[in-house]
Amino acid sequence: MNKPDKERVVITGVGLTAPNGNSLGEFRQNLLNGVSGVKAFETRYFGPTIAGICSFDPLKYQKRKELRIGTRAGSISIYCVHEALADAGIRIGQDVTSDRAGVFIGLTEHGNVETENEIYEISKYGYQTKYWSHYHNPRTVANNPAGEVTVNVGITGPHYTIGAACAAGNLGCVNGVQQILLGEVDVALAGGVSESPGTFGIFAAFNSQNALAHHDDPTKASRPFDKTRNGIVVSEGGAIYVLERLDRAKARGAKIYGEVTGYSYNSDATDMVLPNPVRQAACMRQAIERAGLTPADIHIVNTHATGTPAGDIKECEALRDVFGENCPDTYFNNTKSFIGHCMGAAAALELAGNLASFQDHIVHPTINVDELDPLCMLNNLVLNTPATAGRVDSILNNSFGMLGINCVLVLSKFA
Amino acid sequence: MTREEISQAIIDILNDIVPDEDWSALTPEENLRGKLESMDFLDVIMELRKQYGVEVPEKDYGHFATLKGCADYLEPSLASK
Repeated sequence: MNKPDKERVVITGVGLTAPNGNSLGEFRQNLLNGVSGVKAFETRYFGPTIAGICSFDPLKYQKRKELRIGTRAGSISIYCVHEALADAGIRIGQDVTSDRAGVFIGLTEHGNVETENEIYEISKYGYQTKYWSHYHNPRTVANNPAGEVTVNVGITGPHYTIGAACAAGNLGCVNGVQQILLGEVDVALAGGVSESPGTFGIFAAFNSQNALAHHDDPTKASRPFDKTRNGIVVSEGGAIYVLERLDRAKARGAKIYGEVTGYSYNSDATDMVLPNPVRQAACMRQAIERAGLTPADIHIVNTHATGTPAGDIKECEALRDVFGENCPDTYFNNTKSFIGHCMGAAAALELAGNLASFQDHIVHPTINVDELDPLCMLNNLVLNTPATAGRVDSILNNSFGMLGINCVLVLSKFA
Repeated sequence: MTREEISQAIIDILNDIVPDEDWSALTPEENLRGKLESMDFLDVIMELRKQYGVEVPEKDYGHFATLKGCADYLEPSLASK
């Protein structure tokens, strides 16, 4: 890369909560140790099911009143932002003025949890709307999670959320990069969050679509690429990155996790739910090209695969198209097999789970593959136990969502 | 409800609405507005509606400035409950 430092954007902090870890270190260790975060779960109306729920302590950064009036998505965001800022060693108002920091958070959906809760609440009173909470509007405005962060942390720069279905975690990061390169902010807090298990509707809808995972052992339910996979495990979570220009990061001696060297986002324009591997492949190719790389230069591809019979096959078609037979050093893995589908947080969390590979060259596996679906065959697909790569210079992170939204990010080792 | 029970009911509601505040030392004449934001105050009105079936019209909100004011206003409605 020959760009000047002020045109390069790097990750200098990570804050996350996943169903199997509340810090980057814990999350990574559990991915290497094969520890799932998926458990039995019960939700209103729908009944017993399985889900990935996070165990972080929201009171670490919020008052009890904030928890009462805010949203779960807001709490997850606040936790991740505080953890990311601490990791980066940045104090808002001291290391960056509060109006030069911004919050850009990807979401799959927002407001369903709060609306369902209110309808349930007024059902206790004969559905009289005078019992409807006055907090419903601030809880359900689309900027809620990012806005709650600004109120809690005291950030006066821009904030907004990015609605991008299950590509949102990557697109949140892309927005952070763009806002930095536009000169709107010096520090971007960007990534994705999900509170989706709080709504019974997402379980019921996937179930009606025959796309909700089920298994006697919850830890085995999320099984992308396995022949017996039967759907998605709904999970919550969040991952927020501190993004800065390289010159700024260098000037303050920051720890650098990696550089966002390429990204691409496009649309299928074909179907409400079925993915389009041609557009997925185009998205991957453009991200790689923008990074100044070829497919053979990518050493880890973190797949989006969710465990649906059709979706996994389509992505593998796209992957074989892009990476073919001439990428002997490219490894493929999947993080959803451990944590389920964290929706708006998925891509951001999944990228985080691979960051350490730049240093240790270990590729975490995709677990729960007892019998690989031949239609999901990929060279160097890392199954069930970690693999060691000769080198890890660049990671490609896939994310695809409903309505045919695709977003691919390339992160490169900073040397 | 007795006047003491009404006051305790108000304090219980305040504890739920603003749980980070210490309401145990609240005096009858203390101005509640210093500890309650406008949305909190609407929560007090909502909880009275939900828990005791009391409707407080907006024109009467001024009675809720103190714990004593709350008890004075609610006593006729809640005495029989």
